[in-house]
Amino acid sequence: MADKQVVRELKDKAYQMRVNLMTLCGTFEGSVHIGGDLSMTDVMIAWYHYGLNVNPEDIQMPTRDRFVLSKGHGAVGMYIAMALRGFFDFDEILKTYGKLNSAYGMHPCKVNLPGVETSSGSLGHGLPIACGMAYSAKVKKQSHRVVALLGDGESQEGSNWEAMLAAHQYKLGNLVAVVDRNRLQLDDFTEEMMSMEPYADKWKAFGWNVVEVDGHDMEQLVDAIDNLPPTSSDVPTVMICNTIKGKGVSFMENNPDWHAGSVSPEDMKRAIDEITEAYNKERGEM
Amino acid sequence: MGVTFNFGEFAASRTICGDTLQAMGERNDKIYVMTADLMRTCSVKGCKKAFPERFINVGIAEQNMFGMAAGLALEGNIPYVTTMATFASMRACEQLRTDICYQNLPVRVVATNAGLTSTGGSTHNAMEDMGVLRSMANLTIIVPGDPNIAKDILLATENHPGPVYIRLARGKGEPVVYQPGEVDYKVGKAIETKAGKDATIIACGVMVSQAVDAANILEKEGISVRVLDMHTIKPIDEEAITKAAEETGIILTLEDHYTIGGLGSAVAEVIADNNLNCKFKRMGIPQLFPGFGDGPELYDKYGFGLEGTVETMRNMLK
Ligand SMILES: Cc1ncc(C[n+]2csc(CCOP(=O)(O)OP(=O)(O)O)c2C)c(N)n1
Repeated sequence: MADKQVVRELKDKAYQMRVNLMTLCGTFEGSVHIGGDLSMTDVMIAWYHYGLNVNPEDIQMPTRDRFVLSKGHGAVGMYIAMALRGFFDFDEILKTYGKLNSAYGMHPCKVNLPGVETSSGSLGHGLPIACGMAYSAKVKKQSHRVVALLGDGESQEGSNWEAMLAAHQYKLGNLVAVVDRNRLQLDDFTEEMMSMEPYADKWKAFGWNVVEVDGHDMEQLVDAIDNLPPTSSDVPTVMICNTIKGKGVSFMENNPDWHAGSVSPEDMKRAIDEITEAYNKERGEM
Repeated sequence: MGVTFNFGEFAASRTICGDTLQAMGERNDKIYVMTADLMRTCSVKGCKKAFPERFINVGIAEQNMFGMAAGLALEGNIPYVTTMATFASMRACEQLRTDICYQNLPVRVVATNAGLTSTGGSTHNAMEDMGVLRSMANLTIIVPGDPNIAKDILLATENHPGPVYIRLARGKGEPVVYQPGEVDYKVGKAIETKAGKDATIIACGVMVSQAVDAANILEKEGISVRVLDMHTIKPIDEEAITKAAEETGIILTLEDHYTIGGLGSAVAEVIADNNLNCKFKRMGIPQLFPGFGDGPELYDKYGFGLEGTVETMRNMLK
């Protein structure tokens, strides 16, 4: 069972991350992929602040777990989760995001931003890269984990299914695919456009260990991470996280118009108030 | 319709293309419009409403989209495939080459966010698409120098027997160059956007308006620069290039693409193959990944913005 104090602290971080996300979205003149950033918030916090063995003081630590943001348009979500963990400075992200010469672009660039494990942004590239990292770790007899975060729409790309075959074939038990199953992609709901159900069964049929959780329930996320098979096991794991796109902001939740966008200062305040109210309510009940 | 644009104003080529494709699809039932989860980005939502059966959104699966387009074309249809230039030219590259070009199928690719116009960084900037695609046999490659011309291009290629690649910029606000009705658009025939006799700038896409701006600045210094809008990269207008070399003696190419493989390379090939005698220089993206920022910021950073263009031309005239 997840430790209550740990869960409480993680929820604090997730609250802070949502506030930071909305602050950036209301400050940056251009469009931010805010819907998917908000859906992946709790998952990112669970991994970067609990599940991953990483060290912001030693970003190249050989024993570190590797995190691959396959849904590269969620870059802001990753930057902020990492900033809260001590990798980056949020004020710098806020000041420079998307601007000329910035390290913090719309999609992560490893060359510009050390600490990020791989560049991404074109969908369907992350899982094959993660397979390569996991394969190397096995050959080198290293015991770290490789974790790749995918969008559910992203998993329509055929390259993912090739990687799923490979992960099973090469017995990559040190690999975890995490899917942000928010049931929306850019244009529409996934099931309307290119249905993927029965989704979990497809991963099972490819030989993966499948875990399904509520991606906004920190306790479930922590439990799932605690109960992962050891990295020495033979079977890769997929963690399907059922989430809500735009989670926490009423006018964005489950709304296909909010894949990306920007908000006015008033809407930014409204959103932050909502997020804060929900957080205070939950704290009171905790 | 009925809107008058002037030089220096902006128009959205994606909306122009979306509206044109809808009108074409409504009157021609061989036309299919396809996208890979970029219906909004490519402004083709209207097609979904107007002819839902002939509108296909395959999800995030560009290779499948190009393969399906080949199948549709083999059955006598005319598919218009819409996605970003980077995914069209690289993700679905082999489907385009082997399934479509090899069989000379009438598939049209409408590719957005070309060059450095996307603001998304190097994953989203198509800096090498013309280089990749120019070597594909049977493929016609067109880059509108004015967003409104995109409509003429779509109409002019409707019955073209082979594949066509139409390279759009971001699609949200490209500079307008021509008055409505000012040019009689013909595939493969460069437009002389500005007459001149001392030197020539050959440009394509968003760079055409910059070339005109540069020529206007130089005109005040008493230098007469010809501007050629080389909208068709392949087959390229050899005659216009030959005339420019012979009449002006100086050619500068300008494009939002790597200087390798695109317009500059195409013009250089014509000059070399025909033993044309002229001063020649290419401007465009140097061999690096340019980092973040918007198009105009990056053009300036890498020396092929307006100032760099004027300066380069001055040096060539020395
Ligand atoms: C290969 C490729 N095709 C298209 C895109 C454009 N694109 C960016 S995000 C997106 C939708 C992603 O949906 P999903 O994976 O479900 O992410 P989420 O809903 O979590 O944001 C699309 C189509 C891309 N980045 N890469």
